[in-house]
Amino acid sequence: MLAVTRLSLIQNSLHKCGILGTVQVCHLSEATHNVTPYKLHRLDQGPNTTVTYTREDALKYYKQMRMIRVMETTAGNLYKSKIIRGFCHLYSGQEAIAVGMEAAITPEDSVITAYRAHGWTYVRGVSVHAVLAELTGRKTGCANGKGGSMHMYTKNFYGGNGIVGAQVPLGAGIAFAHKYRQEDNICISLYGDGAANQGQLFEAFNIAKLWNLPCIFVCENNGFGMGTSAARASACTDYYTRGDYVPGLWVDGMDVLGVKEATRFAKDYVLKNGPILIEAFTYRYHGHSMSDPGTSYRTREEVQEVRQTRDPIGKFKDVIVNSGLVTNAEIKKIEDDVKKEVGDAAELAKTDPELPLEELYSHIYMNPPQDMKVRGCDDTVFASTK
Amino acid sequence: MATKLRTLRKASSQLAFLLQRCSRSSILNQTIVSTRCMHFVYVPETPPREFGETTRMNFFQSITSALDIALAKDSSAVLFGEDVAFGGVFRCSVGLKEKYGADRVFNSPLSEQGIVAFGIGVALTGATAIAEIQFADYIFPGFDQLRNEAAMYRYRSGNEFDCGRLTIRAPCSAVGHGSLYHSQSVEAFFAHCPGLKVVMPRGPIQAKGLLLSCIRDNNPCIFLEPKILYRSAVEEVPTGDYMLPLSKAEIVLEGTDVTLIGWGTQVHVLRELAGLAQQKLNVSCEVLDLCTILPWDRETVIKSVIKTGRVLISHEAPITMGFGAELAATIQKECFLNLEAPIERVCGYDTPFPHVFEVFYMPDKWRCLEAVKRLISY
Repeated sequence: MLAVTRLSLIQNSLHKCGILGTVQVCHLSEATHNVTPYKLHRLDQGPNTTVTYTREDALKYYKQMRMIRVMETTAGNLYKSKIIRGFCHLYSGQEAIAVGMEAAITPEDSVITAYRAHGWTYVRGVSVHAVLAELTGRKTGCANGKGGSMHMYTKNFYGGNGIVGAQVPLGAGIAFAHKYRQEDNICISLYGDGAANQGQLFEAFNIAKLWNLPCIFVCENNGFGMGTSAARASACTDYYTRGDYVPGLWVDGMDVLGVKEATRFAKDYVLKNGPILIEAFTYRYHGHSMSDPGTSYRTREEVQEVRQTRDPIGKFKDVIVNSGLVTNAEIKKIEDDVKKEVGDAAELAKTDPELPLEELYSHIYMNPPQDMKVRGCDDTVFASTK
Repeated sequence: MATKLRTLRKASSQLAFLLQRCSRSSILNQTIVSTRCMHFVYVPETPPREFGETTRMNFFQSITSALDIALAKDSSAVLFGEDVAFGGVFRCSVGLKEKYGADRVFNSPLSEQGIVAFGIGVALTGATAIAEIQFADYIFPGFDQLRNEAAMYRYRSGNEFDCGRLTIRAPCSAVGHGSLYHSQSVEAFFAHCPGLKVVMPRGPIQAKGLLLSCIRDNNPCIFLEPKILYRSAVEEVPTGDYMLPLSKAEIVLEGTDVTLIGWGTQVHVLRELAGLAQQKLNVSCEVLDLCTILPWDRETVIKSVIKTGRVLISHEAPITMGFGAELAATIQKECFLNLEAPIERVCGYDTPFPHVFEVFYMPDKWRCLEAVKRLISY
């Protein structure tokens, strides 16, 4: 369903004028947007379906989503050129979720996700350069090149986890820490529709509800758990209801403004009432990982149709341009800037210094015993560790 | 410091060697240290004549062939796992759903503990359950079920119940670029569980024969498939039904001076090593493929060591508590007076499987060659 945008006459004001090229453009400062209706589970009231956003919001979200898209395309190309090692899972198609959620939380709130982590790493404050350098295994990567695609971290962003579903209970633990320290912060614990069937999720739901932890469980439903469609893997595909006694809400994950509002609502809710489950309905353009062409279990036409009708970036562009907040020239400028920034970052990621060999043996233990040596391939090699 | 320097020197010489083996284009592009060159050469083998007609197959095709035969001959057999119905991520089950129907070849949810446990349940009823865990690295959510249910069912029920018709297949080991969670060799974890059988084949011929044996064996089996071999190992494989014995090691190459023991991919490294040792050191090596890790073939190993008096054990998994440790302990007990030198082990580092340091981590033939030198000069 296409989101409808309308101008709010009351809020509109001729706030800002600028000159772009030879054309003088006047900007409105705010607009409103109607979100695809949410679906609710065990909630009397949901988030607002009409949301207001500013020109700055529009420019920021557009730039962030665009950045993720171009970064992922670049990562895919680097992988194909065999410059990236490890496995590589791309976020293209799902950008509105990371960008929308981050917009509704603060840097003091926590996030933990699975291995499709590049976009989240970026919105949590890591530069495109540090993301790409992590992928290429360089010292300048956000995990010093030791994690690679699936393992990226920064302050209050706990990664970056390789085992499907394993991060979800960790999110409950992080939420408990916030509560125990009496902080007004929450943890967002993300997983996919594939992981939604892992047993440990249900252990996490129970613990989180039992102790009313400030945890937002988020199911990013992109339609496929690896190569198996949601309907073939899940007895119930209404993922927002799968927490049973944990209230849930469904949001259009292709609408950054809807995701932001749902997250704002959820943060407020979990701080007062304990956990909530958000299903963000989205789509993954690429295969599950780079080894999966993504075409053996769905048609190219299906992917093409989503790109044309539901794309979170294209749709948002229409919304903000039609609202009069942003001009096409500004969009073009953002796209050029993004292209340059990612291009420069990719060059650095290819040429930055590699990790010194000592890093093979470091970070196995914290404060290893003073004389501890890591045994190498045989008994002639014992390497110092730190 | 000296040790560190030596390690660095060794590492750099390895890297130089690997780069030589990479294509020219990647050498020219200095920003790429492409390590997707294989660290061994696969030498095709010839199947025994008595197995009949053969055709050219790679490793994954030989697995498909084994699964095909198992499903055709055993109407109770079912095959399932993540993405298995459309052929599996490594193409091992291509065409089987079409041939045997969606009620016998089906996708499971992404749920490793569920897959293993479901398989145990199916096997408890006497049916044949063949389950795939997509990567051995991901088998651990199912570890509890394998260790506490599958391995003990027969024992704890006084032989009244068992899940012997369960076979878990899982791709394992290094692949050149797999990083932390797509490279692990997990055999030693399961070798600590009496009641399980653990098997790792070295090539298409063995893969088919051993897999059929596992599927038909009346004990729960974990069948680990070195994924680097799926496409790279190609040879003539018998098209018909044949089984190779479990718990039987195979002498891949006969020799007199040093026994080299490995399994899976490492057998090929050792085979190359034998050539190197002959050429550079004039040392004759006997290469032994353990094939079954648990229960393992003590007799063949001991016999060989009694003959040679020198042993090198090599595996990709970390050296500490790798299965080589068990072999070494048994060999020193059984062959103490035959040993001419301390047993050597060349294995993976005691680190997580690294992201960018795979070439440094691997127990390659040069490291093994150094060990052979130590063995003969002791």
